[in-house]
Amino acid sequence: MTANLNLLIGLAMGLNLLALGSNRLPSLIRTMSLQGVVLGVMPLLMEEFNWRVGLIAVATMAGKGLIIPTLLRRAMRAANIERELDPFIGFVPSLLLGAAGTIGAVALARALPLLPEHAGSLLVPGALASVLTGFILLIGRAKAIAQVCGYLILENGIYLFGLLLIHSTPLLVEAGVLLDLTVGVFVIGIIVDRIQRAFDSLDTRKLTVLRE
Amino acid sequence: MISLLLIVLPLAGAALAALWPNNHTRPWFLPVVGLAHVGLSLWLLFVPPVVTPGAWLAFDPLARAVLPAVSLLFFICAIYGVTYLQVRKERPNRSFVALLLAVLGLLSAGHQARHLGLLWIATEAVTLAAVPLLHFNGTPRAFEATWKYLLVGGTGIALSLLGSFCLGYASLHGGGEGNLTFVSLMAQGAGLSRPWVLIAWVLLLVGYGTKMGLAPMHTWKPDAYGEAPGIVGALLAGGVTTVAFTALLRVRAVISAAGEGAMADRTLLVIGLFSMVVAALFLLGTRDFKRMLAYSSVEHMGILSIGAALGSAGVAAALFHVWTNSLTKGALFLSAGNIRRAAGSASMDDVRGMGVVTPRSAAIFVAGLFAVTACPPFGPFFSELKVVKAGLPDHGWAVALFLGCLLFAFFGLTRVVFGIVDGRPRPSARKSAPHLVESAGVILPPLILLGFSLWLGLFTPAVLTEAWLAAVAQLYPHP
Repeated sequence: MTANLNLLIGLAMGLNLLALGSNRLPSLIRTMSLQGVVLGVMPLLMEEFNWRVGLIAVATMAGKGLIIPTLLRRAMRAANIERELDPFIGFVPSLLLGAAGTIGAVALARALPLLPEHAGSLLVPGALASVLTGFILLIGRAKAIAQVCGYLILENGIYLFGLLLIHSTPLLVEAGVLLDLTVGVFVIGIIVDRIQRAFDSLDTRKLTVLRE
Repeated sequence: MISLLLIVLPLAGAALAALWPNNHTRPWFLPVVGLAHVGLSLWLLFVPPVVTPGAWLAFDPLARAVLPAVSLLFFICAIYGVTYLQVRKERPNRSFVALLLAVLGLLSAGHQARHLGLLWIATEAVTLAAVPLLHFNGTPRAFEATWKYLLVGGTGIALSLLGSFCLGYASLHGGGEGNLTFVSLMAQGAGLSRPWVLIAWVLLLVGYGTKMGLAPMHTWKPDAYGEAPGIVGALLAGGVTTVAFTALLRVRAVISAAGEGAMADRTLLVIGLFSMVVAALFLLGTRDFKRMLAYSSVEHMGILSIGAALGSAGVAAALFHVWTNSLTKGALFLSAGNIRRAAGSASMDDVRGMGVVTPRSAAIFVAGLFAVTACPPFGPFFSELKVVKAGLPDHGWAVALFLGCLLFAFFGLTRVVFGIVDGRPRPSARKSAPHLVESAGVILPPLILLGFSLWLGLFTPAVLTEAWLAAVAQLYPHP
């Protein structure tokens, strides 16, 4: 069980690096949504199957893997922005930072005391590495949608950490999912709002031209 | 049970306001719900309810010591809101009114939350509900401010969730059952796993500190307060920041029960002093009187943090300061909103002579300036004096730095305020002045808030002093 779980976490950590190396917005969004699906499978491996675990898994996969990426793609098309990302921190430096961060996360997780059932798992290093990746993207990318992707990867890291508590305090995990959905919807709402506003202002300019 | 009404009532009001068809009468929801809320919370202040120890939500001593201040501030701002929204008839106010009420309900939930997860959910919901309030003006600057608020604030709440998870894992690792109420976490005390407690404290301090606006996580504040309407600024500075402060107080009590209280106090003291230094320096440089209020808020959050670090006497002083700061800031934000409206700009490069154009608002603004810079006989003077008293025995150097920052903040604030109020008004200001009629609806609310600030300083009601001490007893069970 732990071996399968670790395989998935390793995959998620690989996707972190892929996200750092993505130089186009669609591939960044695709990487992020794939990571969301991988994360959604994990609760199924950790717990005996019951309706609650099933619900968490389905909600996570739908939210992180489908709904939020779809909204982001729609915002991207509506805004008609360039697909190339122009980074504050270049792609190679980002990748190097991410790789160093991953190694650091593994080392740090070794230093922390863990319960026996979590000792062999990659959950803590995976969580720390994803949080770090999220930060690098938040700071290092100029486009709003890329920053949103960074924020969502940061949240994926927190979700990974929350899986440590899935036995004892399920409420918090569900709250984490809730956070994803609401923040996602709000963020997209603002972007769409901005775009709409831009169109409105175009209209008013036309109206003044006619009046004059 | 009555305490739940404090949450349910505003949320129901928000839902009703969202469905209400008439743009003109909808703002009246604000004072009506606000009055009911302030009535309930004052009643609960005088007749404290019995709290079941394991309850997730309750009007416990800490909520009792702080929530009525927020409630009072909201009610007075709500009265202002009616006139404000009538002046701004051109803008639809459906989401504005509904979300203001939702913020009140969620703030009440956050203040009463006795569960780590629930507290986080309430704080996060407040953050999100405030987003559309910030860009009510719909200008590109307002959208930029909102974006920064969302990004910085979102990262803050994400880190506080991670911190909550770490504290939960500290409990689990120490053999806990996964009960995350503050009572049970405090009961586990030294049984909490030490390294995880330290990590949790750092993350929660950064997370909730971001919400509070402690430096260096304060960067969203000047933008948000600068671009939001005055009434929103007042509620953010006096309400939303307080819920983050009580969150930190509750978490600190757990950390202290785990045996790391001294470390937590040191970090609170350092981050508080750093906030004051940063605020004082920026106050000396800013040229925008609404951004100036944001830096002043950073300074006062620093004072709260310092108070929280100074043991039981310091916490009592900090709770006093929550009241005086909230009400004084309210007066400043509302009068600054009036001046901003009449002047058409918030920069001291474009605005002067407002003492002639809007004499009443300018008078309140100047009086508020003296109140907020802790001149006697206003409330902040007495609460800050208590903080100084609590700090003098053990932290002489910190008190010296504290007083130095207050002095520089005073220079900075007077520089901007008198730059705006004094002198001969610009011709353009005379033209835009008709945007604002200094009617009772926009003058009385800040005046009443200023009156409360004065009253709290001169005649601190015994029931409040008792409520603050009861809250301290809750946070320091074994002095």
